[in-house]
Amino acid sequence: MSTLVTRGPRRRGPDAARYVLLSALALVFLLPFYVILRNALATPAELASASWVWWPADPSLDNLRRLFADQNVRFARSLLNSAVVSVLQTVLTVAISAMAGYGLARVPSRASRLVLGLTVLTLMVPTTVTFVPTFVMVSSLGWISSLRGLVVPVLFSAFATFLFRQFFSGFPVELEEAAAIDGAGRWRTFTRVVLPNAWGICAAVGTITFLNAWNSFLWPLLIGQDPAYRTVQVALSAYTSSQRVDTAQVFTGSAVAILPVLVVFVVLQRQLVQGVERSGID
Amino acid sequence: MSTAATLRPGARRRSDRLWFWVFTGPFVVGLLVFVYVPVLWSVYLSFFDARNTVTPTSFVGLGNYAYLLTSREFLLSMATFVGFAVLIVPTTFALSLGLALLVARARVAQAFFRSAFFLPTACSYVVAALVWRLSIFNGARFGLVNSVLRALGLEPVGWLSGEHYLYWVVLVTLRLWLQAGFYMVLFLAGLQRIPTDTYEAAALDGATGWRVVRWITLPQLRATSVAVLLLLTVGAFQAFDEFYNTLTQVGTYPPYARPPLVYLYLVSLGQGTQDLGLGSAGTVILTIVVAVLGIGQLRALRERGDGARTRRRITLPEPFDRLRTGSVEGPRRGRRS
Repeated sequence: MSTLVTRGPRRRGPDAARYVLLSALALVFLLPFYVILRNALATPAELASASWVWWPADPSLDNLRRLFADQNVRFARSLLNSAVVSVLQTVLTVAISAMAGYGLARVPSRASRLVLGLTVLTLMVPTTVTFVPTFVMVSSLGWISSLRGLVVPVLFSAFATFLFRQFFSGFPVELEEAAAIDGAGRWRTFTRVVLPNAWGICAAVGTITFLNAWNSFLWPLLIGQDPAYRTVQVALSAYTSSQRVDTAQVFTGSAVAILPVLVVFVVLQRQLVQGVERSGID
Repeated sequence: MSTAATLRPGARRRSDRLWFWVFTGPFVVGLLVFVYVPVLWSVYLSFFDARNTVTPTSFVGLGNYAYLLTSREFLLSMATFVGFAVLIVPTTFALSLGLALLVARARVAQAFFRSAFFLPTACSYVVAALVWRLSIFNGARFGLVNSVLRALGLEPVGWLSGEHYLYWVVLVTLRLWLQAGFYMVLFLAGLQRIPTDTYEAAALDGATGWRVVRWITLPQLRATSVAVLLLLTVGAFQAFDEFYNTLTQVGTYPPYARPPLVYLYLVSLGQGTQDLGLGSAGTVILTIVVAVLGIGQLRALRERGDGARTRRRITLPEPFDRLRTGSVEGPRRGRRS
């Protein structure tokens, strides 16, 4: 981002102002994370104290212990559900969409144009808007309160397929032709030549899929009617709208729930940024 | 597994056809089973009284549509969307563009600031709603904002009680916080695509500061801007998570602030009986609205993006003979196995 012009001697004044503004904004943006951490470490009394307690006097992980011991919440189970659902959704979405994108990019035919048309039509209407029909379908399959119901219906991403199709369209055919001359079949060419060179886009699509899967709420809310099939987001939501809310415990749960995505965010930020840039428009 | 390269053209085309279905089969089946068949089924259901059943017998024609389009609650939910969009679209647009301009010019700690603003993207709407409802905008005296108000000698405020539309402050700041960094990243990508010599030319002409932004940067960001507006509007239309989690108290949703998806959820699935006929008709109406939003803005995008800056990749299908010269990034070299 060094493309912006430097503006000579007048720089110092506006620069200082810019950094003051940037720092103030950064504090505001990080404030909610501080609130989560403070609440997770505080005692219930400190949370309900008449004046805002900036930092717990005796930060402890006692809330964490109570949270996992609470049989009504079944927090560990919901974490496991979220982990299984998110990992499956990420791996399978990337696999299904990469294959479909490759087929669409490489085979020119009427069927290919038709499938591409259906994909783009789906892009126009976000799947959240059509949750009622999908729910009707999944409930007639008998998949309510099941792992299948949580995972399978959300695996077929028109958006991911479209991104892969765009990527493979720009992928040099020469590499594949060379592999074909060496005697590799279509499948072998795809797995041994094409995919290893598509690591960047797989990581970008995978990161953004994982984030969305972990944070998703409406679909798991509809499917996880049996508490045993609640994801962590649904469990947190159900817990806070119940009669007795232990705020400290809720925020401990939130802190735990946010941890995996923070790790992904920190480790794979570059891939995530690429995913976001592509998801926008380009 | 025979190699396509050594076969006669006719046989090659047949094998291509087979391979096309091997590669796209799983996706196509999934798309049909979980999107197209349900939506068509839903269109069928929308003409029936389908309470607690997916195989209804009582045909009501356009009854469900007539009910929705004259129902005060449904029209209110559309008004809620419009109100929400009017509040959230310009504020997010301005904030994310401002952040991008600030971050792009920061030479020190640029990565830190970009990460700090982008970090909320990783947070779920559920967790954000808990923070906003139970801590920051808690209506009790110990809520963060109420503590600040009391320190300033003001009365604490019941943010979510429905008085004076104050809940809009909660909902708008929440979404603003969560999504501004996402759109900042899009604007940063747009800024990077502006050729350096444009700025150099402007500098030679003596343009500085705001005038550069106004006459060089903003016009060059036009395509990004239109896309951001499209995404923001469609995003506001799909709002569900934060409304549901900020406003639900002990299992019941208040009668105000019900955007379209919340209304649809409550009327079709959320309250004891499942009215799938009404829910289906609602889905059809909302699908039409969101498709019109998308098409309208795509058209605006194409008209304003004159020539070179048009984002052709959204429009489709392009001739397949151009496949080899596609414009997406090339493969990473040196990773072949």
